[in-house]
Amino acid sequence: MLRLVAMRCLAAVPTLFIIVTLSFFLMRLAPGGPFDTERGLDPEIAQNLQRIYRLDLPLPAQYGLYLSSLLHGDFGPSFHWRDFSVNDLFAHAMPISLRLGGEALGVSLLCGIGLGVLAAARRSTALSMLAGGIAFLGIAVPSFVIAPVLQLVFGLGLRILPVGGWNDGAWQNQVLPVATLALPQIAIVARLAQASFGQSLASTHIRTLRAFGLPQRHIFLHAGRAAMTPILSYLGSAAAGLLTGSIIVETTFGIPGMGRYFVDGALGRDYTLVMGTVIVVALLVIVFNLIVDLTYALIDPRIRHE
Amino acid sequence: MSESSVTVIARAGDGRLTLKLSLAFLAFIALACIVGPSLSPHDYDHVYRDYVLVPPSFTAHPTSTEAEAALAALAQRMRLNAQASSFDAARTSVTLTSNKPIDLRSLRLFERSDVFAPAQVVGTQDEGRVLQIEVALRHQTFLFGTDSNGRDLLTRLLIAGRISLAVGLLASLVALVIGVAWGAVAGYAGGRVDQLMMRVVEIIYALPFVFFVIVLVVLFGRNFILIFVAIGTVEWLDMARIVRGETLSIKHRDYVAAAEALGVSPAAILKRHVVPNMLGPISAYATLIVAQVILLESFVSFLGLGVQEPLTSWGLLIADGTRMMQSSVYLLVFPAAALGMTLAALNGVGTHFREAFDPPSR
Repeated sequence: MLRLVAMRCLAAVPTLFIIVTLSFFLMRLAPGGPFDTERGLDPEIAQNLQRIYRLDLPLPAQYGLYLSSLLHGDFGPSFHWRDFSVNDLFAHAMPISLRLGGEALGVSLLCGIGLGVLAAARRSTALSMLAGGIAFLGIAVPSFVIAPVLQLVFGLGLRILPVGGWNDGAWQNQVLPVATLALPQIAIVARLAQASFGQSLASTHIRTLRAFGLPQRHIFLHAGRAAMTPILSYLGSAAAGLLTGSIIVETTFGIPGMGRYFVDGALGRDYTLVMGTVIVVALLVIVFNLIVDLTYALIDPRIRHE
Repeated sequence: MSESSVTVIARAGDGRLTLKLSLAFLAFIALACIVGPSLSPHDYDHVYRDYVLVPPSFTAHPTSTEAEAALAALAQRMRLNAQASSFDAARTSVTLTSNKPIDLRSLRLFERSDVFAPAQVVGTQDEGRVLQIEVALRHQTFLFGTDSNGRDLLTRLLIAGRISLAVGLLASLVALVIGVAWGAVAGYAGGRVDQLMMRVVEIIYALPFVFFVIVLVVLFGRNFILIFVAIGTVEWLDMARIVRGETLSIKHRDYVAAAEALGVSPAAILKRHVVPNMLGPISAYATLIVAQVILLESFVSFLGLGVQEPLTSWGLLIADGTRMMQSSVYLLVFPAAALGMTLAALNGVGTHFREAFDPPSR
């Protein structure tokens, strides 16, 4: 088990290195710079700015500098929010994004698995049609349509929830963003759960349990454990999907999280902020995949003993 | 609805009916987007200043109240009084009165408006202070209404569909070529080469895709070609995995062994024996990629980073629609429906093909 963790962590190092390198040079290849204004700066001021932000150094030296500061856990100063370092910005934005993402993940797992299992176990037409309908919505209605429609219905129409803003994380402000993030994931999780649970219920060892006359509760537990693996292996993609969704949700609902900083940063050529976001997001995805792999090993003995 | 009819619909829902409906819809939308804009009486970028935010309807504009309002506005600009007979006839006679002789050049304002055809002078009285003119109405229909700039939504929707479908197909083609080549070579070569190539795929998997697409698009300009190259280069990974798996199972077949024994070069074996034998799964997955790419392009356009005005794409139209949805909800409904139904149809076809080629997944 420990060996598995160690190997996974080691494998993540080159991935991260490639991501850092790629995002660094991609940003620098692009035309335009963070201090370009419509009228153009005084050459002396521009020179001073370049010197302060170390943009006057040759590119390999800048790269080395950036790598070494990264190793110290420093993402550098933001070019756009001049008085803040990227770390300051992230310290504010990260908890918000993580909280939203975590809640959305929880909601989608809870609703998705519940719906899928019910649809598979009851074989009732109404339930499986409900699951099918939600799955269809998840495919056909992208989050950037869901978000404004929710705002219109619950914020402006019924006036029971705020249209946007964060308000220090009041629960009313979180309902709509979490719903927007979770809905597409619910659709996929429900479909996966329905398929794998149905398959698991039909398998021979469950039939044997039934033949022994075990209570329904036990049978479901046994079937559920075997049915978990496809859902678990989807969780990695779910995390990536939630991060992507956060871009839409945070811009539409005006929430000061990572997704919004990323879009603003990319538009304003805020080199360090964009690189920081990409690295943090990649790190999140890697860590999440690691956790998923470990949970795998916990559930499926075959992987543990490999 | 009775229980039995629900069952029938549910059962038909996962059968051939979905496939047929999906294919029919895709054919319809593709045809509409290709020929529709040239059949439409409106240009996608023509601004009708008199018809801003006209709701969708089958009846032609202007109605008689609209014509009256337009005439009143014109009269105000010409600084005179206008009296019109009814607007129901083909030509309307209008009496213009002023306390100064009327300058005939001001009649050009009729031509410039979207409501009236050029005016003809029928008679003058009172040394040109009273002018009798005849003017015809210009009838126009906006089936899906007009946007906040007074452009026909239906035509824009079709042009947007053209862009979205083109990006979807081209980017999928890029993904297809890279993915198939990469996967087939990795699977056929095996050993170290296979490990290395699949390691690369795994590394790229960990990259935050969408973030990279956005960085690419923002940094290198909103270039149409770049958008689909950027999207295509991140969408090939799944294809590479699937193709590799198929190649592994095909490469131990007898006919491949026979070809090897005859001394056929590996490249020729791949081209003639391996790839043609997995066209089924490839085409199934390619359909799903097209849906993903269209969604991704709409996503990028929604953020304002994709296609630029006056060209448009479904994502951009949806973004405009959300801005206006409180007053004119149809601006959101039509593009969202077009995008949603296309995505659903592509998914329907792709899922059906996948299940047909891979029975255990059913």
